[in-house]
Amino acid sequence: MRKVLLATCLGSVAAFAAGGASANDELIKMSQNPKDWVMPTGDYANTRYSKLNQINASNVGKLQVAWTFSTGVLRGHEGGPLVIGNMMYVHTPFPNKVYALDLSQDHKIVWKYEPKQDPNVIPVMCCDTVNRGLAYGDGKIFLHQADTTLVALDAKTGKVEWTATNGDPSKGETGTSVPYVIKDKVLVGISGGEFGVHCHVTAYDLKSGKQVWRAYSQGPDDQLKFDPEKTMSLGKPVGKDSSLKTWQGDQWKTGGGCTWGWMSYDPQLDLVYYGSGNPSTWNPKQRPGDNKWSMTVFARDPDDGMARWVYQMTPHDEWDFDGVNEMILSDQSINGQPRKLLTHFDRNGLAYTMDRTNGELLVAEKYDPKVNWTTGVDMNKSSPTFGRPKVVDQYSTDKQGEDVNVKGICPAALGTKDQQPAAYSPDTQLFYVPTNHVCMDYEPFRVSYTAGQPYVGATLSMYPPPGESHMGNFIAWDGKTGKIVWSNKEQFSVWSGALATAGGVVFYGTLEGYLKAVDAKSGKELYRFKTPSGIIGNVTTYEQDGKQYVAVLSGVGGWAGIGLAAGLTDPTAGLGAVGGYAALSNYTALGGTLTVFALPQ
Amino acid sequence: MPEDKSLLRIKFAAAAIIFVAVGGIAFATGPVDPTAVKNEDGKYLDKEGNPTYKISADGIVDWYTYSGFRRYHSDCHVCHGPDGMGSTYAPALKDSLKTMSYGDFLNVVASGRKNVSTASENVMPAFGDHPNVACYMDDLYIYLRARANDALGRGRPAKREEKPEAYIAAENACMGKH
Repeated sequence: MRKVLLATCLGSVAAFAAGGASANDELIKMSQNPKDWVMPTGDYANTRYSKLNQINASNVGKLQVAWTFSTGVLRGHEGGPLVIGNMMYVHTPFPNKVYALDLSQDHKIVWKYEPKQDPNVIPVMCCDTVNRGLAYGDGKIFLHQADTTLVALDAKTGKVEWTATNGDPSKGETGTSVPYVIKDKVLVGISGGEFGVHCHVTAYDLKSGKQVWRAYSQGPDDQLKFDPEKTMSLGKPVGKDSSLKTWQGDQWKTGGGCTWGWMSYDPQLDLVYYGSGNPSTWNPKQRPGDNKWSMTVFARDPDDGMARWVYQMTPHDEWDFDGVNEMILSDQSINGQPRKLLTHFDRNGLAYTMDRTNGELLVAEKYDPKVNWTTGVDMNKSSPTFGRPKVVDQYSTDKQGEDVNVKGICPAALGTKDQQPAAYSPDTQLFYVPTNHVCMDYEPFRVSYTAGQPYVGATLSMYPPPGESHMGNFIAWDGKTGKIVWSNKEQFSVWSGALATAGGVVFYGTLEGYLKAVDAKSGKELYRFKTPSGIIGNVTTYEQDGKQYVAVLSGVGGWAGIGLAAGLTDPTAGLGAVGGYAALSNYTALGGTLTVFALPQ
Repeated sequence: MPEDKSLLRIKFAAAAIIFVAVGGIAFATGPVDPTAVKNEDGKYLDKEGNPTYKISADGIVDWYTYSGFRRYHSDCHVCHGPDGMGSTYAPALKDSLKTMSYGDFLNVVASGRKNVSTASENVMPAFGDHPNVACYMDDLYIYLRARANDALGRGRPAKREEKPEAYIAAENACMGKH
């Protein structure tokens, strides 16, 4: 394998010398090899789809555990490992260890990296000390540590090649997200929406780690990297000061808009896509205006960071519906026309299908019928409120005002889906979406800002939708029409990233700890196995020595581990509460383990 | 008021130090009978003079208990879980407050706490200079004391006393409002 890797590297160098192409050619090629899993989302399009089909709908029921690996860390394990040739790279939550395992030699630990980090970063991470994984490029493994250090490790030895400091934890800036190698740069976001951080995406030089550009989510046009005439939103130029005009005074400086989610990249269009998070604080009365460009889909040029188009999904957020979830790129036909699509399952409960070339909004529909804060998005292009969600007054925490407890909002702040990434199968042309089925009461109140201290300003309680006892669904979604094709109930929120395969099987994990396999067409459950702890990690597949494996990190925690570990509150207690409300701690305990499955010999 | 901010912080730091000192001397003996024996402008005190809750037979809670519920679910619950029930990485305060004194409580909230070992890394930040917490220490203590003594169930208290006038004045002064 080393030879193959070397050859690919040389190929890439040659291409670079010849025509200005760069590391992403190597990565595009590597991501097309289904034996590897070279980026956390499988490919640049974020499909989380594998062409491997040795494990298929007719034999997946025979799956067995092939091998396991303990990470030695107890906190919530999000993300999943990378596989490149005979090497597997496993990451952990804080203290952010990285293990390089040789799959061809009894999974021997070839090298291990463990950074020294100031533990004071722990309490400024909002929702557990999670980390969503690693990136590969140019012979290096990239890790975004909790303390915001971006580190490049030699993939063969684990030696630190360079480090860059992406933020300042004493201001509440932390690292949880995956870096992305795009062309000759490494792009990375930042966390801290509950600490009033002024969030951004930053590009570092792949070879040296030197900062190349930084684009903020709020602020003056130069900080946004917007061209008022050329950056478009819903078919029109955004104009001058498009962000500043939507904030009171200098509130944008503590305005959040964090960038801790996934990114995707279209090499043909040469555009990178990601979403921004909630505006700070959670008290909407305290920050009048649309609070642009929080809650926004961004399409940027990876070379200089300039924004091509933007779309704000939830102007003036009143519920903490971060817009950071993944953008999945697919090519499908709508009304007989082939389209380059971007599909996004937002926290706010709406699934958006857009034309990724220009940001045209094609479909915006609820992907959980219980979503009630909006009656839908205004799709009339000539309307002054085109593209805006119509907010129901009863569920508007701004209209109801400070110190009023607004009841029965669906979805809860967790969103109909959080960061757990969906999968897309080109075979079925369906998206497979892990969802939360949770509602909330939300009471905003006034808070003051102190750097490095929580800046929340709302009290929440969460519970399943009235009359129901399950808190999650795993659904198949048609992004062309905006309709649920099938939906499986889950007792708890599904906080695990899905995997779709050419074998006609879709995999995901559950908070109780089950790895489940379902039929891609019908959703019928074909296999389940209870791993050592609850699963908030993403499912991965790879091939080694002619055998297909499926791998998943278990280790309960994350935001799911906060609310659900204690059991959600039940507003109808005494009216016959059922098992669905039971505490997750009755089902699972802490501990990070990688479990790897294969068919029997 | 950015120019006031550093002053404000010093004020809170000082307040926290006073709390700690008082706590260390007067209240180091652990929890006492939580029954309210005195009402000082809407804040109830037990026989030792420590803040406590007052919940009437028909479920009306004192303002501090209600306010504590709100503040807890803004700044504390992201680690300590809803209703003081704990999370996968921070203790359940409804249990901690069974044995923790008022003084110790103020000390930990103001100064933070670290428990870092090879098996776990638990860090509680210092909130002494954070007005959203420091101005509401008694509210939080009273709410959690009610939870620890099973005087208050999970979720939002349904009925409450009005916000006392003296409380409004003290809150405005502490939060730097005019």
